[in-house]
Amino acid sequence: MKTLVCIKRVPAPGARINLTPDEKAIDARHLSFTVSPHEECAVEEAIRLKEKHGGTVTVMTLGPSDAEEQLRYAMSVGADEAVLLSTDGSDWDPQATAAALTTRITEVENAGAFDLILFGNESADSGGYQVGIRVAHALGRPVISGIKGLEVGDGTVTARRETGSGFEIYRMPLPAVVAVKEGINLPRYPTLPGRLKAKKAELSSAPASAAPGGLTMDRLFTPPEQKSVTNILGRGPEAAPAVVDLLEELGLM
Amino acid sequence: MSRVLVYIEHEDGLVTETSLQALNLAAAVGEVEAVSVGAPGVSGWQIEHPALSDYAPAAIAESLAQLVGAELPAAVMAAGTERGNEVMAHLAALLDLPLAANVTRIAPSGEDWKLTRVRWGGSLLEECTLTAFVKLATVALHSVEAAPFGSAEARTFTPDLTDAHTVTRVTERVTLSEGITLTTAPVVVSGGRGVGSPDGFAVLEELAGLIGGAVGCSRVVTNSGWRPHSDQVGQTGTRVAPNLYIACGISGAIQHWVGMMASKNVLAINTDAEAPMVTKADYAVIGDLHPILNAIVAEVKRRKGV
Repeated sequence: MKTLVCIKRVPAPGARINLTPDEKAIDARHLSFTVSPHEECAVEEAIRLKEKHGGTVTVMTLGPSDAEEQLRYAMSVGADEAVLLSTDGSDWDPQATAAALTTRITEVENAGAFDLILFGNESADSGGYQVGIRVAHALGRPVISGIKGLEVGDGTVTARRETGSGFEIYRMPLPAVVAVKEGINLPRYPTLPGRLKAKKAELSSAPASAAPGGLTMDRLFTPPEQKSVTNILGRGPEAAPAVVDLLEELGLM
Repeated sequence: MSRVLVYIEHEDGLVTETSLQALNLAAAVGEVEAVSVGAPGVSGWQIEHPALSDYAPAAIAESLAQLVGAELPAAVMAAGTERGNEVMAHLAALLDLPLAANVTRIAPSGEDWKLTRVRWGGSLLEECTLTAFVKLATVALHSVEAAPFGSAEARTFTPDLTDAHTVTRVTERVTLSEGITLTTAPVVVSGGRGVGSPDGFAVLEELAGLIGGAVGCSRVVTNSGWRPHSDQVGQTGTRVAPNLYIACGISGAIQHWVGMMASKNVLAINTDAEAPMVTKADYAVIGDLHPILNAIVAEVKRRKGV
C-alpha cells in the first residue's frame, strides 16, 4: 500500500492575521505555521493505513522552502518520504498548484504508482476546494471529497461522508484520490525519537513550475466588524426569566 | 444580457435555501437558468439520465460540461455547499477553467469578473479577478439573501454518460437521526471548553430537546473527545445559521465565529464578560453556565407546564 498525502503550510488557525502594507499577503513575521487541519488528519489517516496494511507514506507540498518544517512534522509522526516543490512563497492559484503537483506526482510515480492519494478537503487559508479534484482528473483516477471515514481492502477504498442526518458511502477502485476532513481521526503527536529521525531525514526538493491559471488575487482585507452593543440579560441563574422571555419573543417556545 | 446557469440542489422537491442564495447572486450578473438533477419541476433545465439516480459528482459535472458545450453560457454557478463546491471543481477540471469558490460579490468588468471571495472560512476576504471564457463560481453560504424563485419554461437535457462517469457515486446511505439537524435547527445550543466534561453536555441536550434545537460544540470539545466531530460548529466543522445560537462557555475564537456568524441572534453565556463571544453577541448572561442553564430549563418547563 503506497499512499501519498499532499499537504499545505498555513498559519496556525485561530491566530490573529495581519496583512502586509500592499495587502497582497499576510504578514508572517509573528505567526507560527502548521499543516492545514484537514491535511494533518490526512497524514494521520495514511499512517494508520500503513500500520494496518503495510507499505509507505510519502508527503508532498508546494510552498516556500520553509514548508520543509511541515514535511518534517509529517515525517516525525510516521511518513517515510517527503517531496518539496519549492516556490518563492507567492500565492499560487488552484490550477497552477494542481498542474505542478500532477507533474511531480507523475515523476515520483516512475518508481511505483501510489494506490491512494490523500488531500485535505480545502486548505485553511485560501479555501479553493478543488486542487485534489483537479489532480485526480489530470491523473485519470476516481476522486471523492468531504470524507470522514476510510477503509481500504480488496483493491477498493470505501469512503464515508457525513450528511446532516447520517452518512453516505462511496466505493471506488484503487488507485484513487480522496479529500478528507477534520474529524476522520484525532491526529497523534510526534514522539521525541520521531522528531530526531525526521530532523535528519532526506528530503527531495525541486523548484515548482506551472503556468498561472485564470484566477488572480488583487487584494486581501479583513471584513468589517458589524456588531455593536451586547444586551446583557443578567448575571447568574436570576437571568433565566429574561432568557426565556427572549425565547418567547423569537418564537422558539 | 448574458446567460448564467446555476446548478441547484433540492430536498423533498424544494430548492434549498443556499441554492436560492446562489440564484440571487447569479441574478445580479445575468439571466439565470436553473439546472437540477432528479426533481422535475423545480428548475428550467432538468438533467435526466438513468446513471444519475443517486449522487455522482463526476457524472453531474460531465452533464453540466456537455450542457455548457451545447448552450455556451457566460457562467456556471452553484451554492458553496459540500456538493456545490465538489461538482463545480469537477466541472472546472473537465473544462480546464478557473473556479472561484465561496464568492460573496461579483462585479463584471469588461470581459472579466471582479470578485470578493471568502478566505480563512470568512475571517479574511479576497478581491480577485476571474478571467475565463466561461466563468465558474460558487456562492459563500449565507452571504446573500435567498431570492424567491419562479419556475421557468421546463427543458430536459439528456447527457451522454458512460460507466466511467459513475465510478464515484453514493452506493449506500445510513440514517442516524431523523428530524432536527444542526444545519436545519431553528436554535442551536452549543458548548465549549467551559462545559467542562462530556457529562456537562446533559443540560445542553435537555434545553435543546425542550425548544426543538440541536446541540453543537467548539473545536476544543471535539479535539478533547467530548463530542463527535459531527457536532462541531466552525471553519473545519459545520456552518450554521439558526434563528438563535446559544454559545455556552465558548470564548469565540475566529474559527468558531465564522461557523455561526450567520446566526440571526446570538446569546452568549460565559463567566468572562470580556470574551470575544460575549462582546460580539446580541445578548449575554454572565456567570457559570451550569446553574444558569439549569435555571433556564426549569423556567422553560414551568412556562410550558411540563
